[in-house]
Order: sequence, then C-alpha cells, then structure tokens
Amino acid sequence: MKDRLPSRPLRKRRILEWLGVFAGRFVLIVINVLALGIFCGLLWKAGPILQATPLGDLLFSSDWHPLKNSFGLFPFIAGTLAVTGLAMLMAIPVCLLASVYLAEYAGQRFREVARLVIDILAGIPSVIYGLCGILVIVPFVAWLGDLAGASTTGYSLLAGGLVLAVMVIPFIISISVEVLRMVPDPVRESALALGATRWEAVKYVVLRKAKRGLLAAVVLGFARAFGETMAVLMVVGNVAEVPASVFDPAYPLPALIANNYGEVMSIPLYDAALMTAALILMLVVAFFSLTAHYTLMRIGAANE
Amino acid sequence: MMKSRSREEVFFKALMMGSLALVFLALTGIVAVIVAKGLSSLNLAMILETPKGGYYLGKEGGIANAIIGSLYLVTGATVLSFLISLPVALALQKEYLGKRFADITRLALDILWGTPSIVYGAFGFVVMVLLGLRASLLGGIIVLTLLMIPIMARAMDEAVRLVPFELKEMAYAIGANRIETTLAVVLKQALPGIFTGVILAFGRGIGDAASILFTAGYTDEIPTSLLDPVASLPLAVFFQSGTPVPEVQARAFTAALILLFIVLVVNIVARLLGWRFSRNILR
Repeated sequence: MKDRLPSRPLRKRRILEWLGVFAGRFVLIVINVLALGIFCGLLWKAGPILQATPLGDLLFSSDWHPLKNSFGLFPFIAGTLAVTGLAMLMAIPVCLLASVYLAEYAGQRFREVARLVIDILAGIPSVIYGLCGILVIVPFVAWLGDLAGASTTGYSLLAGGLVLAVMVIPFIISISVEVLRMVPDPVRESALALGATRWEAVKYVVLRKAKRGLLAAVVLGFARAFGETMAVLMVVGNVAEVPASVFDPAYPLPALIANNYGEVMSIPLYDAALMTAALILMLVVAFFSLTAHYTLMRIGAANE
Repeated sequence: MMKSRSREEVFFKALMMGSLALVFLALTGIVAVIVAKGLSSLNLAMILETPKGGYYLGKEGGIANAIIGSLYLVTGATVLSFLISLPVALALQKEYLGKRFADITRLALDILWGTPSIVYGAFGFVVMVLLGLRASLLGGIIVLTLLMIPIMARAMDEAVRLVPFELKEMAYAIGANRIETTLAVVLKQALPGIFTGVILAFGRGIGDAASILFTAGYTDEIPTSLLDPVASLPLAVFFQSGTPVPEVQARAFTAALILLFIVLVVNIVARLLGWRFSRNILR
C-alpha cells in the first residue's frame, strides 16, 4: 500500500473515495429502512384486526375463539409475562451472587476462564435447552407437582420458567460481571481500608455504585427471555388459558405465533391477530433493550 | 459484633460459590445430557444418509438432509450478512457522517438486535408471500441474514470503534484519504473483532429455529436449487422431539449433539484464532 499510493492519479483516488463514502451511506440507509420496514410491515398486516376490534378488547379480553372471530390476546400476554417473570425471579438472585463472586472474589485467571466458558455456553441453541427441558425439567416438575398435590403433566408454567431461567443466566452474568468490573478499584479499596469486610465493601459500596448497570443487565435478560420461542414452546404446555398456578400450562405469545402462523391464511383476521402478537413482542422488547443499552452506554461513557 | 460480621461474610461467600457452582452444574449438565443421550444413536448412517421410508417410525436413515441444509442456510446467510454488515460497521466511523445519523443507525441496529427471531420469521413470511415465494432455501437464507446482520454489525462496529484515532490520523497526515485509511489501517486493526463478529453471528444463525420455521420449510431431500425447501438441524431436533416414537426421540438428541458440536467447535476455534490474530494489533 505504501508504495502504491502515490502512483495512483489523484482524480482516480478522489472518485474511489467518493464511491466508497456513497456506498457506506447507502448501506446505513438500508439498515434504517429495514428497521422501519419491519415495524411498518407488522403494523400493516396487523391493521385489519386493529380496525375491527378495539385495542382494549384485543389486549385484555380472554376470549380466544378464532373460528368465531373473537381474538382476545390476554391469555397469551399473561402467559408471556408469567413465564418471563418466573424465570427472572429464579435467575436474578443466582446471577447476582455468581457475578459478584466472579467480579470481586475470584482470581484473574479463574475469572477469565469462567467467563469464557459462560460466553460459549450462552451460544447454545435454544432448541437444545428445550430438549433438555423435556428430558429433565418436565419430569422434575411433574414430580414436584405430585408432592404439592397439584395435578400436572409437568408441561407447565414452572417448567417454562426454569428452562428460560437457565437460558438467560449466562447472558445476564456476562454483562453483570462487566458492569461490576467497571467500578473503579479505589472505591473498593477505600471501603476495605476503613475496616469493612469484603462482603461489606460489596454490599455498601460496589453494589450501590453498580446498581444502574446491574439493573440494565437484568432488563436486557428480561428482553431476551420475553421473545424466546422454541425452548419455552417445547415445555410450557400451550393451553390458551390464563394460568392459575405455576403447575398450570401457559401459552406465551411467541409460542402462539410459532404454532399457528403459516396455516391460518383461510381465516382473514387470524393472520392479523398473530401479527399483532408479533408487533407487541417487537415493541416491548425494543423498549426494554433500548433503555438498557442507553443506561449501559451512559455508564461506559461516564467511566472513560 | 466482629463475630457476626465475619459470619455474614462467610455466609454470603458460601452463597455466592453455591450459585456459581449451580450455574456451572446446570450448563455442564446440559452438555452432558446431550452428549450421553445423543451418542447412543449416533452412527455413520445418521450423518451420511437422508431419511429413508419409515424413518419417522424408527426405521433406517439419517439426518444428512438437515446437516447439509443447515450448512447451506447458514453459509449463505453468513456471506450475505457479512457483505452488508462490514460496510455498515466501517461507515459508522465518525469521519464518514454526522453524529446524528450514526446515532440513529446504532439505535436501529439495537432495535433489530433485540427483535425476537420469531418476529423475523413472521415478517419474513409476509415478505415471501408478497414476492410469491414459498418456503425455500432462498427464503430461509434471507430471513437468517436479517437476523444475523444486527449481531454481526454491532460486534464489528465495536471492533472498529476500538481502533485508536491517532493511528488513523497518521494515515491522514501522509495524505491517505478516508477509503484508503479505512482499508489499509482500520480494517487490519479491527480484523480479530470483525472475525469474532462473523463467528458470533454464525453460531446464532445455525442454532435458530424460530426464524426458519415458516420460511425454510422441511424436507427429506437435499435441496438442489434455491427455490427448494430445505431441512435444518434445529428443526430436526424440534420435530423429532415431538414424535411419540422412542427411536425417533432418541434421534432428536443425536441431531442436538451434532448441532451442539458444530456450535462449540466453531466458538472455540474462533476464540483461539482471535488470540492469534490479535498479535499484530497496536493499542
């Protein structure tokens, strides 16, 4: 490159630069159009039902009878929230404790290796989590249900929540450790110098300082779990009713789309109802992941 | 007083170690279960043959259709999304455009990154119906490309942003223009990060089932054209796990084992190569 540069005529170089810049701008426009296009496409396909049914009925009615043209998405929204909420409830304490250990207690070498393993495991495809769920977690939940005196097949809210929790744990830990490591060392050291034990330094100083970042990590995990389809679909039971206990089956929005889409062309509004489900997923997830990203970005910028 | 403080310390430390052990136990447990169950029906025929008549009742055959199909899908999608993501990441540098436009594009990428894959699947299906396409290799590749672009582009953007500005200034100082600087300096410096981005997206793409559920279809044949439907490993796992025949269910684990093997090997090799690449990087 060094000796090739001057030999090229200036005009040719200018044209090349202009072409490159033009191509760059073009692909950026493509990305923006793509994001907007997906949103508008979903909105357009959801249009018929948004016009036919008031939004309140669509979101809060439990009346799901596609053949009778009544589409109440509430059981599915409740199912999604319940499964995701349950998963987060189980994942959050484990994630926080494990990442505090990795960030504050573990030695440099162990931390690096552990994070490598966790990052690799975070890439395991979701069908594999689902498959293990069918083999291990579903019978476990059935056994648990027997103990608790509830009649359950094991394909239930609890099974879905457990599988989902295991899935998001590596994801949340990976971000949390990073957030905790961003807390500057002098902060810890001054607490320790005042005679605090290590845990006290963590509890009173480090966690307080990292609070917003950890919240962002949890929210990102929530957004990831909210849209997860296959693993949950395989163990959650898929019955279109609002679950009354953790041993009842549930039917989350992504599973609704996955199970029915592609075969519903004969019922006009059905298609639109499923698109509304997709639209809800996209909006909710976009909202949460954007807030989390901006929190993390602000923290990163403040530390530089 | 002192005693209770140190007791608290010991208690929480034990709790933390317990949680971490639980995490590792769960995750290695998954790998162990898949390996143990998958090995039992793994044989050469599983890898080399396509399903024969009666395969789904437990008779002869293998899942070569799904292995080849997955590789076709992901290779196509990786190439396409690379061709789009790399220019995106490079064009997001601050000398190419105003901060406003860059911020908006990063926002769009963030939204796309978070969008669940089932939404891509549904959207892809709408587009395919509009274009008159049926479930096919082409449809699957397009949808996977959409899914992989944000993953790849964001990872590459991160790598490109880490290139020190002083380095670029040196190139500008000797008279190189923006494209020359980008190609000669930035690309070389960001190479390991770019490579990691590609691998990350490859791993996510090969394991994703929800996006290709409606768009790629499923078939027992190995596709011969872009318009043929195509089988894939994640869907092979999903469909076979849902059948009542025990032999076929066991094969779901074998399919999962092959999928897991590909994902893990690609990930580990990528990290090793990333280390080697990063030797000639200036920071």
